[in-house]
Amino acid sequence: MYRYSEFDDAFVRARVAEFRDQVNRRINGSLTEEEFKPLRLKNGLYLQLHAYMLRVAIPYGTLDSRQMHQLAHIAEVWDKGYGHFTTRQNIQFNWPKLADVPDMLEALADVSMHAIQTSGNCIRNVTADHFAGAADDEIEDPRPTAELLRQWSTDHPEFQYLPRKFKIAVSGSPNDRAVTRAHDIGIRAVRGKGDETGYEILVGGGLGRTPMIGKVIRSFLPKDDLLPYMEAILRVYNLSGRRDNKYKARIKILVHETGLDELKDQIETEFTARRRVFPGVNQRLLESLNAHFAPPEFVDAESSEYELRRTRDPLFRTWCDTNLNRHRDPNLAIVTISLKPVAGTPGDATADQMRTIADLAKSFAHDEIRVSHEQNIILPHVPKAFLPRIHDRLKRSGLATANIGLISDIIACPGMDYCALATARSIPIAQEISQRFDELRLERKIGPLKIKISGCINACGHHHVGHIGILGLDRAGVENYQITLGGDATETAAIGKRPGPGFSAEELIPALERLLDAYLTIRLSGNETFLQCYRRLGDQPFKTALYPDSARKAA
Amino acid sequence: MARRFTPKIITTNDLLEGDVIYLTADGSWTRRFSDAKLFLEQAEAEAALARIETRQDIHVGAYLADAETGIDGRPQPVHFREQFRATGPSNYFHGKQAETGDVQVQ
Repeated sequence: MYRYSEFDDAFVRARVAEFRDQVNRRINGSLTEEEFKPLRLKNGLYLQLHAYMLRVAIPYGTLDSRQMHQLAHIAEVWDKGYGHFTTRQNIQFNWPKLADVPDMLEALADVSMHAIQTSGNCIRNVTADHFAGAADDEIEDPRPTAELLRQWSTDHPEFQYLPRKFKIAVSGSPNDRAVTRAHDIGIRAVRGKGDETGYEILVGGGLGRTPMIGKVIRSFLPKDDLLPYMEAILRVYNLSGRRDNKYKARIKILVHETGLDELKDQIETEFTARRRVFPGVNQRLLESLNAHFAPPEFVDAESSEYELRRTRDPLFRTWCDTNLNRHRDPNLAIVTISLKPVAGTPGDATADQMRTIADLAKSFAHDEIRVSHEQNIILPHVPKAFLPRIHDRLKRSGLATANIGLISDIIACPGMDYCALATARSIPIAQEISQRFDELRLERKIGPLKIKISGCINACGHHHVGHIGILGLDRAGVENYQITLGGDATETAAIGKRPGPGFSAEELIPALERLLDAYLTIRLSGNETFLQCYRRLGDQPFKTALYPDSARKAA
Repeated sequence: MARRFTPKIITTNDLLEGDVIYLTADGSWTRRFSDAKLFLEQAEAEAALARIETRQDIHVGAYLADAETGIDGRPQPVHFREQFRATGPSNYFHGKQAETGDVQVQ
C-alpha cells in the first residue's frame, strides 16, 4: 500500500497544527461559528444531532493493521469505544468533543491518516473496488490510479470551491463493485484495441434527490491522459455547474441540462489545452505508485486443513460459502468480515473488534485490510490454510456472521439516530429486518438480495440502487418508509422504481415479508434471484403483494 | 385567521461538548428538555432567540422547537426529531438517556 513521503507527512501535520489553532480560536471566541464552520468541515468535523462527528478518510478503503489499531485506540480514548464504517469506505466517530479533535487528528497523522476533504464542496475521498489487487476478474489494480487522483486532488487550488461535493470511484474489473455508475466521475479500467490498458470515463452519475446513472463520456482514455482529462471535466464543471441552487449543483444536473454531446465538446476543448501543460510528471508518478501496490509474495501453502474443516464443520462451510470470494491466486481467498450481525448496527465495529481484525490481517493476511462501500471489512489476501483459524477468532469476537450478499447484509446510513439532515431513522429498520428474517429462517432460501436504506433523500444509504431500497421520510410528523424495487449498483446499474405509497415503521416489515413471500412463490427456481425475477416480471406481482387492499379493490 | 402559535422551547448544541442543550426560565442552560422554558408567545420566543444568538461562545445553531405541556406540567417534544435529540440514539444506550447527575451547563 501507499507509504507517505516526507512531504505527505509534513503536509498532514501542518494541517493538524493549523486546525488546532483554529479550534483554539473558536473556543476563545476569536472565531464565530460562521467563520469556523467551513474550517472544521475542511477537516471532516461535523456537528450532528447529539454530538460532533469526525469523518476520517480511508483512501480507497485501504488500511493496514497499524492504522486499524490506531482507529481502535482513537475510539477508546476519545469516543465511546466504537466506530462506524461508511458507504464512502471511511470511518466516522460519533462522539468526539471539540477540544479533543486536534489530538485525534494528531493520532491519525501518526499513522499516515487524516480527515482532509471528507466534507465540503471539494473532491472527496476517492473510492475503489474493495477487492482491488486480489480479484480474479481484474484488468488492473485500481489503487495506483486512485492514489494518483488522491494526490492530485488533495489541496488542488483550483478545485477547493466547487459548486458542490465531487465523488470519484475507480474500478479495475469489468464486474463493478465500486458503484462507478453512481459517482460524479466513474473510472473503469478497460482494454484497448492493441490490448493496452486505458480507462472508460463515466460522468454525471449520482444518487440523492435526482438519481442518475453515469454516462460514458470517453469509452477509451489512454492512461497518460487521465489527469489532464480529469482537470478538463472539473474545470468545465467548476465554471458552468449551478451555484444558484444546492439541489441542482452536482455535475449530474449540468450533464442533464447541457446534454452529453455539448458538454463533451466543452471538455474536449479544455482537455486539448490542458494536455499541453502536463509535462509528464503525472505519468512518472503513476509508475512510481505502482511499486507501492505491488502484490505481496504469495507462497504455496498446504490447504488440507481448510478442506478438512470444510467437510467437518457446517458453520465454517456456511461461512466460507457466503463470505469468501475467489482470489486470483487459487491458494488464497478474499475474506469478507461481516459488520452486520443479527440486529446489529450496519458498519459498526467496537475497538476490540478492530483490534481482532488488525491482528488477523497482520498474522495471516499480508497485513492488508479494506473497507467496502457495503460497510464490511475485507481481508483481501488470505492463504486458505489460515481460514479455519481466522474463522475461529472471528467467532470469538462476534465477527463471523455468514451473510454477505444476503438479506441481512444491509447498507444503512446513520439516519436520524445521529445525522442532523435525516428525516427518519435507518438503523432500527435494518435491525428489525435482520432480526425478523433470521427468526423466519428465510435468509438462505431468499438468496442474493441487496437492501439499502437511507434516512433522507440525500441517499447516503444508496437506496436507489438497492434491489429493495428503503427511504425514510417525515410524513406529517411520523416516520414513513418508501420502498423502491429493482435498483442495481453494479455494471448493470439501474435506479429502483417506487411501486406505491410508503409504509409506517410498523407496516414496513410485514410489507417486506409479503413482498418476499411473493418472490419465493413466483420465482422460476431457487437460482432465479430477486433482481432477475423482478426484471423478468416487472413490478406488478410485487405491487400486488405490497398493496393487497388496492389490488383487491381494483379486482 | 392567524394560525394558533404552537408553544416553543429554545434548543441548541453546546459548543464544547456538542450535545443538546435548552434555555431555562432563568436564562441558564439545561441538558433536559423538561427543564426548558416553554414560550407561549411568538414574540417573546423570537426575542429570546435573538438575545441568545449573540452567545456563540457557548452554543451552536440555536432554534425554536415545538413543544407541549405534558401530564407532569413540564414541556415535552412534539416532533420525533426533538424526541430523539432529547433522548439519544436508538441503537445504543448513549447520549442523554445514559446521563445521570448534574445536567447544568457551565
